[in-house]
Amino acid sequence: MDGTAAAPPALALAPAALGRLMPMHLVLDAGGAIRGAGPTIARILPADAVPGRSFFELFDIRRPRRVASVADLGETTGQRLHLQLAAPPHTPMRGLAVPLDCGGVLLNLSFGITVAEAVRRHDLTGSDFAATDLTVEFLYLVEANSAVLDELHDLTARLQSARMAAEEQAMTDTLTGLRNRRAMDSALARSAGSGRPFALMHVDLDWFKQVNDTFGHAAGDHVLQEVALILLQETRQGDTVARVGGDEFVVILPGVTRPAQVERIARRILSRLAQPIRWNGRDCRVSASIGYSLSVDYPQAEPDRLLSDADLALYASKHAGRGQITAYRPPDGRSAGPGAAGA
Amino acid sequence: MHGLFNRAIQTFLRDTYGVAAWDAIAARAGIAADGFETMLLYDDAATEAVLAAASRHLSRAREELLEDLGNYLVSHPGLVRLRRLLRFGGVSYADFLHSLDELPARARLAVRDLDLPELELTEAGEGRFTLVSRGAFPGCGHVAVGVLRAMADDYGALVLLEHEGVDAGGEERIAIQLLDSRFAAARPFALVAAGG
Repeated sequence: MDGTAAAPPALALAPAALGRLMPMHLVLDAGGAIRGAGPTIARILPADAVPGRSFFELFDIRRPRRVASVADLGETTGQRLHLQLAAPPHTPMRGLAVPLDCGGVLLNLSFGITVAEAVRRHDLTGSDFAATDLTVEFLYLVEANSAVLDELHDLTARLQSARMAAEEQAMTDTLTGLRNRRAMDSALARSAGSGRPFALMHVDLDWFKQVNDTFGHAAGDHVLQEVALILLQETRQGDTVARVGGDEFVVILPGVTRPAQVERIARRILSRLAQPIRWNGRDCRVSASIGYSLSVDYPQAEPDRLLSDADLALYASKHAGRGQITAYRPPDGRSAGPGAAGA
Repeated sequence: MHGLFNRAIQTFLRDTYGVAAWDAIAARAGIAADGFETMLLYDDAATEAVLAAASRHLSRAREELLEDLGNYLVSHPGLVRLRRLLRFGGVSYADFLHSLDELPARARLAVRDLDLPELELTEAGEGRFTLVSRGAFPGCGHVAVGVLRAMADDYGALVLLEHEGVDAGGEERIAIQLLDSRFAAARPFALVAAGG
């Protein structure tokens, strides 16, 4: 000491003051026995630990390796120690040791990143941490973060269901509840892209204009809704039924490869449509013309091609006198010809 | 205004006065009955419209509604998370009061764009404090009074609170007298929530 005023005094702190500054400190004597402890670490250790139990009995030092004595601890010079309670729940801690003149060490401890778990296990409160310690702020932040994340999850879920509802709306024909043209296009593209066979049926109502002209648009709307119901009832769960124009419908039948399968369904539809549809005490009579194409008739299923060919077959049905079912016949003649079915 | 605040007003009105009252207030304020999303930002005019519509529909002064809102935010069982976040402010009610200065910074740690009023606590001794609240929106001091009252219950402290009005600069003053910091048993508070 040269006596200059700038030199800080050597500190001698009473145990209580040390405990307030560092509630998780331990004072070890040269032999490794615990001589003093901050109030928080004292609560965590077994009741008989302070004073007198051996530090190395109560803690496992994981890093640095080969720290087995107080002398070793004194030589760690500022290095972070990784240790854990030797007994369950094996709470992990980190520590810093400084040598004391008496040959022992002062060891300060804290919880690492698993602090939240440690606080719960050992039932610690805000007053178990020094007033300068940021542990409580850390826990606050963890909790605030998870609250915000939950809000964002809820928001995302609501937006997702709103998006699905909007998509559903964009894919639905509002009058009949069937799929619309856009939905049919994407279902057709999916079917063609899947490589699995399917049949495409184009259904066009006969005499619909007469119903509209005679009974009015409300009657026409009612008829379209009834036809939609019939189409749904006479097709299978996985089939796509779409209204693609005023009185035009398209049905996509996945897995169907043979004309007989399509025509069985088509005939059921025609026979249902043969029954008049009641509207306000009146009988509305319509029928339908049907044309279809089969993906197995093409080397590659192109949606536009199958659609226009089903359309050609439909017009053949119209020309053949309505209430007819016609298959598109590819140029090589493999497909079946028109199969008549009475309306 | 931040959606968290608008949503709080909405759930307060709905939980306290019923869905039909909320629907009527929303219609009167010209907003959709679904109301607000917590994580979006809204024009301040929407908040004011809801507060004005609620005040007329319920025939209650805006200040009373705001104080009830503050009380609801802390004491409603569905909002236990906010109560917990406030309890991180300190181990005693006096500690909590002293943490109010940093409340806006704490709020921004959680939600970056959430603007709470700037709060400044001065201690006059013998358990008397003055809290000055600046900004956010006119009347936010009344929300603060409701929050402080409910937090006193939470800590088991006995306090007298009085909103002393607004000065020309928009500063609101709240007089706080802490009569007994251990008046009743505090509601339990674990630093880490059960199951968390």
